[in-house]
Amino acid sequence: MSAERIWQRFTPAERMARFVVFLVAGILLAWSFRTVEIIPEFLMDAPEQVADLFKRMWPVDYAYYERGVHAVLIETLHIATVGTIMTLGIAIPVGIMAASNVCRVPALNWLATFILVSSRSVNTLVWALLFVAVFGPGTLAGTVTIAVRSIGFVGKLFGEALEESAPGPIEALRAAGAPWISVFLKGYWPQVSPAFWGIALFRWDINVRESSVIGLVGAGGIGMALDEALNLFHWDRVALILVCIFAVVVIAEVFVTHIRKRII
Amino acid sequence: MHKATESASNSRRPACSAGDKSLVVENLRKEYTRGKPVLKNINLTVAGQCTTAIIGPSGTGKSTLLRCINRLIEPTSGRILVSGQDICTLRGADLRAARRRIGMVFQEYNLVERLSVMENVLCGRLGYISPWRAWLRKFPQQDIERAYDLLDMVGLTEFARARADELSGGQRQRVGIARAVMQQPHILLADEPTSSLDPKTSVEIMELLREVASVNDIPVLVNIHDVTLGRRFADRVVGMSKGDVVFDGVPGDLTDEHLKLIYGGEDWLA
Repeated sequence: MSAERIWQRFTPAERMARFVVFLVAGILLAWSFRTVEIIPEFLMDAPEQVADLFKRMWPVDYAYYERGVHAVLIETLHIATVGTIMTLGIAIPVGIMAASNVCRVPALNWLATFILVSSRSVNTLVWALLFVAVFGPGTLAGTVTIAVRSIGFVGKLFGEALEESAPGPIEALRAAGAPWISVFLKGYWPQVSPAFWGIALFRWDINVRESSVIGLVGAGGIGMALDEALNLFHWDRVALILVCIFAVVVIAEVFVTHIRKRII
Repeated sequence: MHKATESASNSRRPACSAGDKSLVVENLRKEYTRGKPVLKNINLTVAGQCTTAIIGPSGTGKSTLLRCINRLIEPTSGRILVSGQDICTLRGADLRAARRRIGMVFQEYNLVERLSVMENVLCGRLGYISPWRAWLRKFPQQDIERAYDLLDMVGLTEFARARADELSGGQRQRVGIARAVMQQPHILLADEPTSSLDPKTSVEIMELLREVASVNDIPVLVNIHDVTLGRRFADRVVGMSKGDVVFDGVPGDLTDEHLKLIYGGEDWLA
């Protein structure tokens, strides 16, 4: 008769480690409660403030749309679209350089990683501030902001899609004596093109949202109208602009989802 | 050398000589890690319309041998002559030109799934046309006609416009063979071409490979772990064990003694 054989999900060492992690998390939570400095008056006051804000926003000033919103709304879409197209032109070569199975030069892999990380590590608004300083306020600064900021996103995901592509067909084309570019065009690209267009559309969707904010620092688009309305306490116009941004984002989302389904 | 090899080589040799399209492997050695050779000292000559089956246990270097021949894997030392040209010294465009003369068929077919059957067959010409023409799909008319002829041969003409991922395993392998022949190779390598297929389809694929050899007057080299199938369709059998060739002769001379030597043990032979 053998003893009962016991099975447990975690080894004793793993159980100990998990206990320590939970304990530390608990201590950190308790500690942060003591230092968070919430002013009780302001917290209690919040519902009243929100109600007041909504009262001032109502009724929404729809009449202002024609005069002050339509043009900048279209401008916002232009910034997002042109910015995304510019990104694709740069993200494709950078993504290829980043994929270690396609580009076998470690120095280029590092360069690509550097470009991708720099693009993503700086916030959109900070990029916008930089480019407003370079190009002056307006759509050019906004478009370049969107383009530069998106390279990291599109390039990284495109590079990862390339790295995940099946090696078999690549091997077959190399065995047939195909030059590098042909191997890419006929081996890699057919495998990654659905992913690539999916990523591009997804980024455009994000860029529609981002480009409606960068106007706050002067980089063109509907954000500039929002900034003006906020500064002048035209809450009914602020409401209109928020409604417009919301509508555009929802429409973009629906549009992108529909197209992505058809691609994949 | 093992005794079995000597007796085999002294006995009948298949009528596989002659023909200007040939493959000669001399003293081929391959080490992935220094001092641990996967291929120890391979010498092999194939020519004519001969179908050669390479048998041997998994991990004995059969795949490595085939991939050394077209330099998908770099040999450590030795010479490989394809129709007289040493391909081990080639680089860049010269290497690619040499690879055009070596067709390869794979276990997992290795088709580009999202391209049509026709385009997959035309991929066999990528070594001949510029990337620019490949991108614009401007294949020379004679290539297109040849591709149709090959699809006729493998019986897939009606699937020319189908996407490769719509095909069954056997159909995909036929496309793979058509693509390899599209290169107008001097030699055809097949790495376990039937391992993912059912027995009936496997036989059809082996028959097709033999047909390719005779129609194009080229030697075919097949890695195969199904000994029965290899014996049945090959003119010559090369048995490998632990990185060495331990049998080389006609299928009729391959005895159970040889199989014990190649695979080890004997219980499985019963």
